[in-house]
Amino acid sequence: MVLDAKIPDGPLAEKWTRHRFDLKLVNPANKRKYNIIIVGTGLAGASAAASLAELGYNVNTFSYHESPRRAHSIAAQGGINAAKNYPNDGDSIFRLFYDTIKGGDYRSREANVYRLAEVSNAIIDQCVAQGVPFAREYGGLLDNRSFGGAQVSRTFYARGQTGQQLLLGAYSAFVRQMKSGKVKFHPRHEMLDLVLVDGHAKGIITRNLVTGEIRSHAADAVILATGGYGNVFFLSTNAMASNATAIWRAHKKGAFFANPCFTQIHPTCIPLSSDHQSKLTLMSESLRNDGRVWVPKKKGDSRSPNDIPEEERDYYLERIYPSFGNLVPRDVASRRAKEMCDTGHGVGPTGLAVYLDFKDVIARNGKQWVADKYGNLFDMYKQITGENPYDVPMRIYPAVHYTMGGLWVDYNLMSTIPGLFVLGEANFSDHGANRLGASALMQGLADGYFIIPYTIGDYLAKHPGGGTDTNQGSFKTTTQEVEEKLNQLLAVDGSQTVDEIHKKLGHILWEYVGMARNREGLEKALKLIPQLRETFWKEVKVPGTVNELNPELEKAGRVADFLELGELMARDALHREESCGGHFREEYQTEENEALRNDEQFTYVAAWEFRGPGEPAKLHKEDLIFENVELTTRSYK
Amino acid sequence: MQVFLKVWRQADAKSEGQFVTYTVENVTEDMSFFEMLDMLNNQLVLKGEEPIAFDHDCREGICGTCGLFINGRAHGPLRGITTCQLHMRSFNDGDSIVVEPWRAEAFPVIKDLIVDRTAFDRIMSAGGYISVNTGGVPDANTIPVPKPKADEAFDAAACIGCGACVATCKNSSAMLFVAAKVSHLALLPQGQVERKQRALNLIAAMDMEGFGACTNTGACEIECPKEISLVHIARLNREFLKASLI
Amino acid sequence: MNWFFRFMNSSVGKKIIMATTGLLLCSFLIIHLFGNLFLYGGPELFNTYVERLASVKPLIRVIEVLLALIFLFHILNSLWLTLGNRKANPVKYDVNRTRDNSSFFSRYMGITGSIIFIFLAVHLSTFWYKFQIDHEGGQFYRIVTGNTVGFNNPYITGLYILAMILLGFHLRHGFQSAFQTFGIRYNKYGKLIEAIAVLFWFAIPLGFVLIPIYFGLLKGGF
Repeated sequence: MVLDAKIPDGPLAEKWTRHRFDLKLVNPANKRKYNIIIVGTGLAGASAAASLAELGYNVNTFSYHESPRRAHSIAAQGGINAAKNYPNDGDSIFRLFYDTIKGGDYRSREANVYRLAEVSNAIIDQCVAQGVPFAREYGGLLDNRSFGGAQVSRTFYARGQTGQQLLLGAYSAFVRQMKSGKVKFHPRHEMLDLVLVDGHAKGIITRNLVTGEIRSHAADAVILATGGYGNVFFLSTNAMASNATAIWRAHKKGAFFANPCFTQIHPTCIPLSSDHQSKLTLMSESLRNDGRVWVPKKKGDSRSPNDIPEEERDYYLERIYPSFGNLVPRDVASRRAKEMCDTGHGVGPTGLAVYLDFKDVIARNGKQWVADKYGNLFDMYKQITGENPYDVPMRIYPAVHYTMGGLWVDYNLMSTIPGLFVLGEANFSDHGANRLGASALMQGLADGYFIIPYTIGDYLAKHPGGGTDTNQGSFKTTTQEVEEKLNQLLAVDGSQTVDEIHKKLGHILWEYVGMARNREGLEKALKLIPQLRETFWKEVKVPGTVNELNPELEKAGRVADFLELGELMARDALHREESCGGHFREEYQTEENEALRNDEQFTYVAAWEFRGPGEPAKLHKEDLIFENVELTTRSYK
Repeated sequence: MQVFLKVWRQADAKSEGQFVTYTVENVTEDMSFFEMLDMLNNQLVLKGEEPIAFDHDCREGICGTCGLFINGRAHGPLRGITTCQLHMRSFNDGDSIVVEPWRAEAFPVIKDLIVDRTAFDRIMSAGGYISVNTGGVPDANTIPVPKPKADEAFDAAACIGCGACVATCKNSSAMLFVAAKVSHLALLPQGQVERKQRALNLIAAMDMEGFGACTNTGACEIECPKEISLVHIARLNREFLKASLI
Repeated sequence: MNWFFRFMNSSVGKKIIMATTGLLLCSFLIIHLFGNLFLYGGPELFNTYVERLASVKPLIRVIEVLLALIFLFHILNSLWLTLGNRKANPVKYDVNRTRDNSSFFSRYMGITGSIIFIFLAVHLSTFWYKFQIDHEGGQFYRIVTGNTVGFNNPYITGLYILAMILLGFHLRHGFQSAFQTFGIRYNKYGKLIEAIAVLFWFAIPLGFVLIPIYFGLLKGGF
């Protein structure tokens, strides 16, 4: 199968406009005849649901949460990028495009990224019209800040809770359509499989998480907006329930999985304190604007940080990257922190942390200034660690934060299964090998508000609907498969809990498929993960029954999928013999320990095809063609 | 350290519930309250008992999913945090801890400590929005908003919909929740068009869902993890009065 | 009239009725206390004052009826609200540390209100009845200070003092709460309202309490 990304012809800046004209339209009177299923109601899902319902489609939405407002989009702190150029500092659509392509280390599609930059401005307009309370200047106009090392101020923000405010904006549009009856929301429903009819995605099987009821739902197209799979590592900054089940089961039904090994490790998280820890907490990277990262020069220095004199501290980011200093991109900052800890300079009880020190900025601008800017983050840190960051430096360590990989989609956001669309973090589309700060919110909303409403119409117009109902054979067989799998999980009745096995998987992935990878480690992971998977199916203990609210059963299903996905991540990481963005292969680095890309051989999207249980996935390549930017080596020196 | 839990257990919405006591050992003070429950649940599963069901997700205080009534306080003894941000260092060795679900007619218990808060979504769908469709909106900077107003609107919009206000209110009133939304949109120029109707509709929806009336005790403000002020309830009352009488 | 029923049926509407009737009753307290102060002027002054009032009896009657209606509204409305609130919150917590998040006064409005109501019944069946019907030819001062229903009776004095303290408690929350319900407690008038509130929950009840204390405990010498 040749992957066709369906990228429109013509100059970069005109592709989307031309494409929108070329897309077929559904007659306004006919839209109400189409049913669309959306799984996941975070930024991408809720914005898509509202926008499609406004157009007249009937939208059925599903979430394992009780409300769309609980989606993990809500936790995004920093902001959302747009090429408004309000500060008059030289931003433009092309610059946002360029920065995103470069930030992604040239492993994303030009056309997609350009479109993202192009619609970014409309997102801000839309959100403001909805009443999103963005930060403002005294003159009443919108405030911008520079974020994640960008050279221009293009980030719109709402204190440290931008994701929350944007999600609540999308949620408000969503509930408005709930009221009108065009959107139906199924809370506490988990999608457990995708149903294909004649090769097209025509429905899903869900489990009602309260009653355990398994049900089929038919539609003319299915949209997955189910977020990323960072929780495969057990410890990540993702919410506890974030999972890969929807996309993984779609993958097993034929949707290719692209670049699974591209995971983003965020440098500023609160370090692990004990084995019991259930998740890691991100501290906005805006902290690196004013905090200085350092470790003691002496290995194993156990003095209290305030007792270590200035000349015995190594401000290593400022030393290695004099021009960007503490503001180097996330992947670089993360890797350097790991390197410091690996060489024995790590601090704190575990030795797996570096200092982020605000001493200088407090001396320069005063405690109040810092409190005004970062008060909520400092409070959060204190709440979790019991230490006061105004007095002692914060301890930070990288943590899994975002997954750039996801289901492969074409320019229309359609996967390799016709009729199955994938939005937001769940797809692989726009961030290449590394996502820039404040771009996740932008992509989720771009997909939901401004892309899918156009592109899904093209599919629907070409595949007139109405013929699908849940009596068709494939709904029955898929339902049986789902039920069997659930019963299997309960039947094992072994001696290890789901969490125990999940933690073991997390250890393997963090160790061998984490921040720095090498052939030996990846090969080891490819042995260990199938073994662990075997253990899982022999040893897992899931209490209770199917027909009740059973959180352990929910987790078990998700971990079963993670145990398969983890292997694919290792396989992808092993095959990609280069370092790029969040994927760092120790064998491929420059003399200065920087990532060494291999553009000749790896300028492609690795899209993996599922070939049956236990079979290695098959690699398909979508070549990436760069006509508008020159591939350069990122340098932050 | 060791703590003694007294936890509400209830098989499902229809069953009668009761308190069950557990002793949890080897608790460390850097554990979060939920990590302590995770540890207990892990032990329960291994013993073949049913683990305690509780709602939680982001575990960083923003998604609003969690909410337990701990020792007589919504989200536990500290101010300005959600249950997931509560750590065991707030307790002492040998403490007895009573853990209950949110109690309100409008929040029926689904299982153990999980309650159904979909009433909040239904209230919001009655008008907790500005009626704009996707596309066709003016440029963002054509709508200037004075900074103090924008900041105050944000303070209200910070509501995470956890329901602590309802849980702690002696009347199970949802006024702080409704006020947060009405106030947020009433303060912004974008919200003016539907301002009157919004206040009336949201209050009508709130009443219909079976929440009680506000007695202005102020407990909600104290227990709100986002410390949303009673000022917003005052504004909601004003909005209602104006919308009703003028 | 649609809007009117909607208003009356709404929980916030009912609260506004509570606040309005409550504040009207507060204003009556001022007038009542003003009248009581004549007691300090001795029997002649006080009796004359009461007789003056009696000379505009039709007006007084109208005011009395209005007052009774306001009371009734205040009470019935509170019962209506309380019933709704009970229904909204049928299951109580095993442990509930309400003292950590709200004031005693705010939580016991129903109880303080009910006791004040009982007091009011006693007050009307004694003083009001005596003043209107059985005033022994205008011996109003003696009724107040005497020992049948007046402050020379330690039980009466005790009841009045207790009731007025509870009235203070009731208004400690009620007065400010009314302004919160009108939505004006937190704007620029907030400080002013707080100051006036002190008058109502402290100064006025104190004024009422001083009368039984002065005429009962100090002057009466029972």
